[in-house]
Amino acid sequence: MDVITASIPILLKGLQVTLYIFVIAIILGFLIGLVIALFRLAPIKLLNWIAKVYVDAIRGTPFIVQLFFIYFGVNSLHLISLNSTTAGIITVAINAGAYFAEIIRAGIQSIDKGQTEAARSIGFTGAQTMRYVVLPQAFRRMLPTITNQSIISLKDTSLLSVIGIADLTQQGQIQASATFEAFKIWLAVGVIYFIIIYLLTLLANFVERRIQVR
Amino acid sequence: MSIITVKNLSKSFGKLEVLKDINAEIQEKEVICVIGPSGSGKSTFLRCLNRLEEISGGEVVINGHNITDPKININKVRQEVGMVFQQFNLFPHKTVLENITLGPVKILSMDKGTAEKKALELLNKVGLKEKAHSYPGELSGGQKQRVAIARALAMNPKIMLFDEPTSALDPEMVGDVLEVMKQLAKEGMTMVVVTHEMGFAREVGDRVIFMDGGYIVEENKPNEIFSNPQHERTKAFLSKVL
Repeated sequence: MDVITASIPILLKGLQVTLYIFVIAIILGFLIGLVIALFRLAPIKLLNWIAKVYVDAIRGTPFIVQLFFIYFGVNSLHLISLNSTTAGIITVAINAGAYFAEIIRAGIQSIDKGQTEAARSIGFTGAQTMRYVVLPQAFRRMLPTITNQSIISLKDTSLLSVIGIADLTQQGQIQASATFEAFKIWLAVGVIYFIIIYLLTLLANFVERRIQVR
Repeated sequence: MSIITVKNLSKSFGKLEVLKDINAEIQEKEVICVIGPSGSGKSTFLRCLNRLEEISGGEVVINGHNITDPKININKVRQEVGMVFQQFNLFPHKTVLENITLGPVKILSMDKGTAEKKALELLNKVGLKEKAHSYPGELSGGQKQRVAIARALAMNPKIMLFDEPTSALDPEMVGDVLEVMKQLAKEGMTMVVVTHEMGFAREVGDRVIFMDGGYIVEENKPNEIFSNPQHERTKAFLSKVL
C-alpha cells in the first residue's frame, strides 16, 4: 500500500499532463471536424475532395504512425521544430478531427430537409440556417457519438508516452520500473483512467439531459 | 400591376420535366388556389415562386424582383414571401415564441422585446397565445400549423405561399387552420394556396388554377371552374374529388 500512496502524487502529475493535452486536443479536434464536415457538405467539389482525402488518410492509418510522422517525420524536415507536447496535441487533434468530421456530417445530414427549407423560406442565408437551425439540432443528436469519440481520444493520449511525454501512462511506466511493483502501479493507473472516463460519461449524460429536445 | 408574374416557367429534375411552359399573373390581394392530381407539379410550381426549387427556364418576377436573375439576392426576396409547409417544419429545439421571433431578430435585426410583442400579437391572432412558451413537440398538428403561419407572418411578407397546409392534419384540426387562412385572405393578403380542400378553394379563392401533367390546364373563378369546367381533364379530376 505504501508503494501506491507514494506513487499517487506522481501519477496525478501525469494525469494533469494527460488532461491538459486531452482538453486542448479535443477542442481543436472538434473545430477541425466541424470545418471538415462543412467542407464535405459544401457544394464545391474541391472542398469535398479535401475533406474526403483527409478523413480517409486519418482513418486508414494507425494512430501511432500518425504520431511518429508528425513528431519524427515533420521534425526531420527541419522546417519547424515541434516539441513532444505540441506534436502530441496536434496528432490527437487531427486524429479526432477526422472522426468528428464524420460524426458531424452524419448529424447534419440526419436533420430533416424541411428544417432547412423552412429557414431558407424565412430569408435566412445558408450559413445562418446552419448556425441557428441545423447545427443546434444536429449537435443534440451527435452528443452520444461525440462522447464516445472523446473517450477514445482520451485513451489514445496514453500512446503519447512513447515520444517521451510525461503523461499518466509514462509516469506509470517510470513508477513501475522504479518500485518493481508493476501489478499495483498499473492497477492504479487503470483505476485513474477509469475514474476520469467515468466522470466524462457522467458529464455527457448531464449535458444530454439538459439540452434534450422537448 | 401584378405582384407575381410567371412567364414560360419550366422545371426539370434531371430528365423529368415536371413543369412545362407555365404562365401566370397574380394580382395584389388575390387568393389563388392551385388544385390538381398528385404529381401534377402544383407543389413544384409553388416552390419555384420563392426559388426553393431552382428554376430551369423562364422568368418569375415577385413584387418587382426578377428571381430568375442569377444576381438577385434571393434571401432578401424570400423575406417578402412567407411559406407554410405541409409538414409544418417548426424548429423543434425552439419554443413557439422563439420560432416566431428568430427571423425578425436575426434577419430584420428587430430588438427582442419588440419581436416578442409582435409574436404574441400574431399568436393571439391564430388563437395560441397561451402556447407561447411550449415546444412544438407539445402541440397538435393543427396548432403547429397555426404557429407556422404566425412564424411566416412575423416577417411581414407581402405574399404567402401555402403548400398543402392541411394535408397532414387530422380532419378535426383542418377547420382551425382554414379559419386562420380565411381571416388572412379577408385582411387582403396575397395568397397562393396549393390545396385539396375544394370547399376552401370555392369559398375563399378568387381564382382557381387547375394543373395536370406539368401544365396549367385551366384557370377560372371558383364558381366557373367547379360548376362548368371547360377541359376534359378538369372534369375528370373534379368528378373524382367533389
